[in-house]
Amino acid sequence: MMNLSNLSVGLSTYLLVGAMLFCLGLYGVLAKRNIIALLMSIELMLNAVNINFVAFNRFLWNQKIDVHYLLTGHVAAIFVIVVAAAEVAVGLALIITIYRNRRSTNVDELNWLKW
Amino acid sequence: MFKEMHDLFQWAWLIPALPFLSFLIIAFITKRSKRLSSTVSILAILTSLSLAIAIGLGVIQAGKEIVEHPAIVNVNWLNIVGLQIDFGTIVDPLSAMMLFVVTLVASMVQIYSLGYMHGDEGFSRYYAYQSLFASSMLGMVLATNLLQLFIFWELVGLCSYLLIGFWFFKVSAREAAKKAFMTTRVGDFGLLLGMLFLYTKFGTLDFAALSAALNTNFQDVLVIGTAGYVTVMAFLVFLGPIGKSGQFPLHVWLPDAMEGPTPVSALIHAATMVVAGVYLVARMYFLFDFASPAALQFIAGLGAFTAIFAASIAIAQDDIKRILAYSTLSQLGYMMFALGVGSYSGSMFHLMTHAFFKALMFLGAGSVIYALHHKQDIWDMGGLWKKMPITGTTFFIGVLAISGMPPFAGFWSKDEILANALHNGHPIIYGVGLFTAFLTAFYMSRLFFVVFMGPEKPENHPHESPWSMTIPLMILAFFSVFGGFVALPEHNFAWYIHYGEFHHEAIAWGLAGISVLAGLLGIGLAYITYVKKLISAESVAGQFSGVYKLLKNKYYVDELYLWIIKNIMDGMAKVLYWFDIYIVDGIVNGLALVTRGSGKVLRRTNTGQLQTYAMVFFFAVVVIFMAFAIGESQLAAINPLATLGGAK
Amino acid sequence: MSALPTVESMSMLLPFTILAPLVAMLLIVFLPKEETKTIKIVSAMGMLVSLVLSLYAFLTYQWAEGGMQFTLTIPWVPDLGVNLALGVDGLSLPMLLLTNLIGFASIYASWNIDKRVKEFFILLLILIAGVMGTFIARDLFIFFLFYEIVVIPIYIMVVIWGSTKRVTKEYAAMKLTIYLLIGSAFLLVGMVALYLAAGANGNPTFMFDQLAARQDLYSPAFQKVAFALMIIGFGSLISMFPFHSWSPDGYAGAPTAVSMIHAGVLKKIGGYGLIRLGIFVLPVGAKFWAPYIATLAVVSVLYAAFIALAQKDLKYVVGYSSVSHMGYVIIAIAALNPTAVTGAVGMMFAHGVMAALFFSMIGFIYEKSHTRNIADLGGLAHQMPRLAIGFVIAGMASLGLPGTVNFITEFTIFMGVINVFPVHAVLGIAGIIFTAVYILRTIANVLFGPRRSEWDHLTDIRGPELVPLVLFGFVIFFAGIFPNVLLGMIDTGVTSSGLAKVLETVSQAKMGGLF
Repeated sequence: MMNLSNLSVGLSTYLLVGAMLFCLGLYGVLAKRNIIALLMSIELMLNAVNINFVAFNRFLWNQKIDVHYLLTGHVAAIFVIVVAAAEVAVGLALIITIYRNRRSTNVDELNWLKW
Repeated sequence: MFKEMHDLFQWAWLIPALPFLSFLIIAFITKRSKRLSSTVSILAILTSLSLAIAIGLGVIQAGKEIVEHPAIVNVNWLNIVGLQIDFGTIVDPLSAMMLFVVTLVASMVQIYSLGYMHGDEGFSRYYAYQSLFASSMLGMVLATNLLQLFIFWELVGLCSYLLIGFWFFKVSAREAAKKAFMTTRVGDFGLLLGMLFLYTKFGTLDFAALSAALNTNFQDVLVIGTAGYVTVMAFLVFLGPIGKSGQFPLHVWLPDAMEGPTPVSALIHAATMVVAGVYLVARMYFLFDFASPAALQFIAGLGAFTAIFAASIAIAQDDIKRILAYSTLSQLGYMMFALGVGSYSGSMFHLMTHAFFKALMFLGAGSVIYALHHKQDIWDMGGLWKKMPITGTTFFIGVLAISGMPPFAGFWSKDEILANALHNGHPIIYGVGLFTAFLTAFYMSRLFFVVFMGPEKPENHPHESPWSMTIPLMILAFFSVFGGFVALPEHNFAWYIHYGEFHHEAIAWGLAGISVLAGLLGIGLAYITYVKKLISAESVAGQFSGVYKLLKNKYYVDELYLWIIKNIMDGMAKVLYWFDIYIVDGIVNGLALVTRGSGKVLRRTNTGQLQTYAMVFFFAVVVIFMAFAIGESQLAAINPLATLGGAK
Repeated sequence: MSALPTVESMSMLLPFTILAPLVAMLLIVFLPKEETKTIKIVSAMGMLVSLVLSLYAFLTYQWAEGGMQFTLTIPWVPDLGVNLALGVDGLSLPMLLLTNLIGFASIYASWNIDKRVKEFFILLLILIAGVMGTFIARDLFIFFLFYEIVVIPIYIMVVIWGSTKRVTKEYAAMKLTIYLLIGSAFLLVGMVALYLAAGANGNPTFMFDQLAARQDLYSPAFQKVAFALMIIGFGSLISMFPFHSWSPDGYAGAPTAVSMIHAGVLKKIGGYGLIRLGIFVLPVGAKFWAPYIATLAVVSVLYAAFIALAQKDLKYVVGYSSVSHMGYVIIAIAALNPTAVTGAVGMMFAHGVMAALFFSMIGFIYEKSHTRNIADLGGLAHQMPRLAIGFVIAGMASLGLPGTVNFITEFTIFMGVINVFPVHAVLGIAGIIFTAVYILRTIANVLFGPRRSEWDHLTDIRGPELVPLVLFGFVIFFAGIFPNVLLGMIDTGVTSSGLAKVLETVSQAKMGGLF
């Protein structure tokens, strides 16, 4: 039987989740055709980063050196969330404008920013 | 008493300063009023003349003291590391003589110009230039060091340029002015170099200090360098006089300079500026003396060559001013070879007498040109003596003086030079000088006979020039007659102005007789040819048509120079310009083309596909991480900045 | 101001000098663009304040003390060692004065401009302030910053207000800008390298004097490489052969004021930088490259003088002539001795004044006759006597006539160079002959000769147009007749910088090979 008390979730586990999430997001960014899906994939990547932030903050805090438990990582994560929200707002607005003009949300067709 | 004299000599700077002040006044205040401008200018130069006379008398009174210890005043002008230059005035017999000659001729010319330039549009401008010229020339005479001399030397060149090109609307005047400046510039290049080398070697350009340095350290190879070094410097310095004093081969500008107004030719291109070169050699005589004998021999040879070369050209010229110009060249050659053969006093003496009679003749020629409404060809003139008695008589005095007839001024100076040439062991130069004297007498009498005697030309309606022009003629004629007497033992020009030990030389009447004979022969030949017409000039010219053509065309020196300028210099300019546009710029534009071309190719990678970019970005990040994984130490090795900024 | 922690020394003179044109610029920004007269007057007033202030600095500079005076030091980015450090010494003060003289005159030389007046003067004032900044900076970072500020307005000004002749103005502007930027790229690398090397003792600095004082931190190999970067950067700025080809094209394309400032002062930043950074900071490197630089300099002198002979456009004549004259400055810098360096700075001043006068006169000719082709002009002295005077003064100064400041500075240079590079010096001095030829030809063909009726409608320069002539004419002759005023000042700069001692040690040091 598995000893549940030994089953602790360490830093590497969180990082692994973060990495997986990031790769999923990356795959989405690279492979998705729909621009809204692209935006969502970016959100995934940002959240992967947030997980890393919080995890690092939790596990790298050394009680012996630093008495006060600082929430630097958490603050950074909240920061990212705020920025991501703003980004989505701007991004969606852009997408809507593009859609109105082009009647398309397919990124393959949105290649006029070249040369 | 010498003390009081010194107080006088300290004021010598006023002599150039007054004309300069007049230049400023004319340029900035009175230029609108012709009458005021000329008055200011003439007043200034007359004041300078009286000061110069005062200083001259002071020098004569001071006598021995001033001969041995010139009165020098120096003020610091430039003082930086490695270059200390003073400005100052030197008063010694030589400069006093020059001051007198320059101020006298300048005053005469300025008074004369009142008549000659009357009604000219640029009357005020003319007087401004005249004042500036007088100021620079006098400044040059008073210079205590080579740089100061050079500065004023160039300024007189500028004035010469401006005055030759005074009638700038004439293309010929414009070209002549340009030519004069450029030609003298070639000589100045040498002078500048000589000056630099002198300063490098001796750390001073002061005449007295240089002379002392050479005197005390002569033979000391460490200080002086070899005699060869001094000789090189002497040659370089001499290049300046070659240009300025119209010695062969840089003589070409002087005849063309006759495009300026005639009084200008009289002042600048006969009496004063062109002798600046001779004056410089005289001031720097110690340098040539200490250089190897080759230097002085070269000067003698070149001077003699120029003398006979220019005289031979003068025979075949028809323009009254050009004849006088070539005569000036020839006489400058005389002065130069006099210095070369060691006749220092003779040269300076001739410089002075020549200034009197050549200015006289130029002004006389100007009077003729004025009367004939700017005709200059001597064959258009004739029988003018009756209509213009004062001009005719004074011109005749000039001719006699330049031909060396006793007792006119030219006789004494020419004779001294020739006698010295023979005494100091230069028989060939003596021969050349004698023959030149014969030629001089011939062409000057030719000029005189053709212009003033013979039949009158009916188309001409000459009348005597106004007083403002004839009075200067008379004054200069006076000096041309009596100027030579300063050489007599009781006045003793040579005692005041000499180099090294003074040896009194009695006038060698035998030699004098020979040179007078040569002069008479020339005058007689001209008389037979052009008055009695016993020899037909045309048939002689016809017989020697080759020689005649050569002389008439001034040995084709101008053509040669023109060819060199046109083909070599301008050709080179064109080739280099081509090089600049097609090679240097070609490389630059080529680089730009390469950049543009590679841009054209590389922009294809820019697909506009967001996802392509993202993928490239991602893999690039991966590659960079791998590079880091390989190791930071290896990475540091290829960091160029680490190499650059690395400590010792 | 006491709130700032470590202000070492305070003199507000220099900040005010550089702020005056900027304040004028800001005022112009808020002026309506139709008020062209007011705009011109405001710019002129701004520059007048600057000119007066720099003249005051020039006159009250303590010669006996020497060194940097009127200093102002404010730490700006302390971590990087960047200080907002201003100050002038005997080397930079003449250049500052020159900048203001030319800046002031260039306003008047552009008095007749009627296209986008507002923008023109805004850019011009920025340009002038930028140039001024490079000369009063005591900190390499600030120096570089100002230098970069200068490049951009020039591009815009050439493209909008320039003129198309042999090459289009767009080409000229682009060439000029790219050349200067490539040059500054080399400089940037050199600057960073120098900064890193000097900061090796853990105390990073950009200050010129401290960079110069840390000689022992630079290995000979480093000095050679760094100096090579400097000479490419500054060399292309001062138009040293073979990096000169932007200069004639650029001047020909540029409007008068830009030509004046560019030929007059901007080019001199190259020479100034070579002295300040090249010689003072990297003497060993300078020593190593000196013979090569001297050779290139002599080539510049003769090559450009010859090419000037073949030119048909007035501005090209002066453009190539300025390349030729800068050759003298470069050879003087290569000579590496105090006399030559004094001469070099003096020559930069003299040439600046001369070139600005020349360009302003050509500008007036072009503005009135709409041609710069020498063959089309002729006899202009009839219609425009005053312009002819200015032109002749500029020409005479250009060919180094004694009495003008150009002669004595050239002479000082030759004096400094002839010991070190006799052959180069002789060849370079031969350049004065060719200079005379092309200058005299130009003067003769443009001003003299028969009156041409097609130019009878031209009016002579008058009113504000006379300012460049009067100002530069005065400076040329005043400094030429009393050279101690200028050269003595520069001499204090050279002496108090301890250059002589540095060069002495360098000449004794053994020179190894490169790398």
